[in-house]
Amino acid sequence: MATITFEEPDGTLRKVDLAGGQSIMEGAVRASVAGIDADCGGACSCATCMVYVADEWCDRLPPKDAAETQMLEFCPHVQENSRLTCQIPVTDALDGLRVKVPPSQH
Amino acid sequence: MPVANSLVVVGAGQAAAQLVASLSQDGYAGEVTLIGDEPHLPYQRPPLSKKVLTGELTPDRLSVKPAAFYDKIGTRLRLDARVERIDRATKEVTLSDGSRIGFTTLVLATGSRARTLPLQGTGRTATFVLRSIADVAALRAQFAPGKALVVIGGGYIGLELAAVAVKQELEVTVLEQAPRVMARGVGPVVSRFYERLHHEEGVRLCMGSVVHGVEDGCVVCAGSEHRADLVLIGAGAVPNAELARESGLATENGIVVDAECRTSDPVIYAIGDCATQHHPLVGRRLRLESVHNALEQARIASASICGKPAPAAQVPWFWSDQYDVKLQMAGLSDGYDQAVVRGDPDRGRSFAVFYLRDGVLIAVDAVNRLPEFMMSKQLIAGRARIDPARLGDESIAVKDLKG
Repeated sequence: MATITFEEPDGTLRKVDLAGGQSIMEGAVRASVAGIDADCGGACSCATCMVYVADEWCDRLPPKDAAETQMLEFCPHVQENSRLTCQIPVTDALDGLRVKVPPSQH
Repeated sequence: MPVANSLVVVGAGQAAAQLVASLSQDGYAGEVTLIGDEPHLPYQRPPLSKKVLTGELTPDRLSVKPAAFYDKIGTRLRLDARVERIDRATKEVTLSDGSRIGFTTLVLATGSRARTLPLQGTGRTATFVLRSIADVAALRAQFAPGKALVVIGGGYIGLELAAVAVKQELEVTVLEQAPRVMARGVGPVVSRFYERLHHEEGVRLCMGSVVHGVEDGCVVCAGSEHRADLVLIGAGAVPNAELARESGLATENGIVVDAECRTSDPVIYAIGDCATQHHPLVGRRLRLESVHNALEQARIASASICGKPAPAAQVPWFWSDQYDVKLQMAGLSDGYDQAVVRGDPDRGRSFAVFYLRDGVLIAVDAVNRLPEFMMSKQLIAGRARIDPARLGDESIAVKDLKG
């Protein structure tokens, strides 16, 4: 279980409690966080679940694998601190994580 | 007195779920009722032939949204309920229990169903299709090492299932009528690759096989017989367009809709697998069976219903997972006049095929090639003209193909 704060595209801050055993993307979609489209449902095929991770959290997340790195390279609006939420499992260690949703996933 | 708005969605797949979510975001003012004939909340089907079949994912993880979501946005759910009739004159749908629900706007998101074959006699041989949670549960119960599985049809569903089954040590035979697998979705180079892949993994593939029937423990083709404990029919899907047709709406291999997903009746929309729409990328009417299309048409219909500007059109895309190979396809290769291969399809498991028409990139099939897929989506959207020699040259990085 982890409480994660999402800054939605319009600036709204959403604090969401996410249970373990799912990805951040799955939890965010279930909680209807705005701007997490996740069109492929977590198959790492669409790169529409991208977020910007707060600086202090970047090194505390599990590292990107090759597929995530490659997908991110071609994401619109990508930044140094971008991650795909479908590739990050929710764990207790993520409690307090803050992320910002990009203006658009396309 | 003005009539209050009331919107009814027939169908409870991904298109329907996205529609009610979009209506809420777009500020639809009125009652929304979603009617589905399965006992489940709207769920994602693609994992059924992949991680649900392997057991890595349980069906309860497939829901697009939790029940609380529909409560929150005020959508009434009528699950396990079937719409029998649309009465366009009185603007009502009639359910199988006789109840009627009135609408000011109706959205048909009835999806498609697995095509069945007129097989002569199936005897005691268990025959399955793979389309729903119930289908996959029935099939999984029969999976056991050593059993002989015959898959009729070498399309995405048939081959994804074959990949899972052979890993679970079933003896798998795939019978395909056409000279190559996945002929409807990919080019010949990609078909040949998948034939090699399945062969390497131990699946027996028989091309040009016309199935006559199923006898006890055996699938009979012209000139051959194949032992079968189980039979899976993966022969494509048929649009659920009967409700629409019976109510007098225009149908032609699906429910005919305009650019805003309106049917021939302006208060009735159709979205997802059941709808056929003129596609600007190919210049003809087309019915797409894909998650991306379902989501996109749902967003377009919602915008139209709520009087909002239509979202920008996106390049259609599709995917299939078999073994450790991810196939991602973007664009539509209809009428291509040149195919350029990047990488070696005859060795290993990673390459891409680009399809061009008059020098313009129109589609890509990417096999374990995420960068090529992602880059192509952008290039296809921009109708980019690219030197074919550069596309095929692996010494040029994918991100440098642009410009």
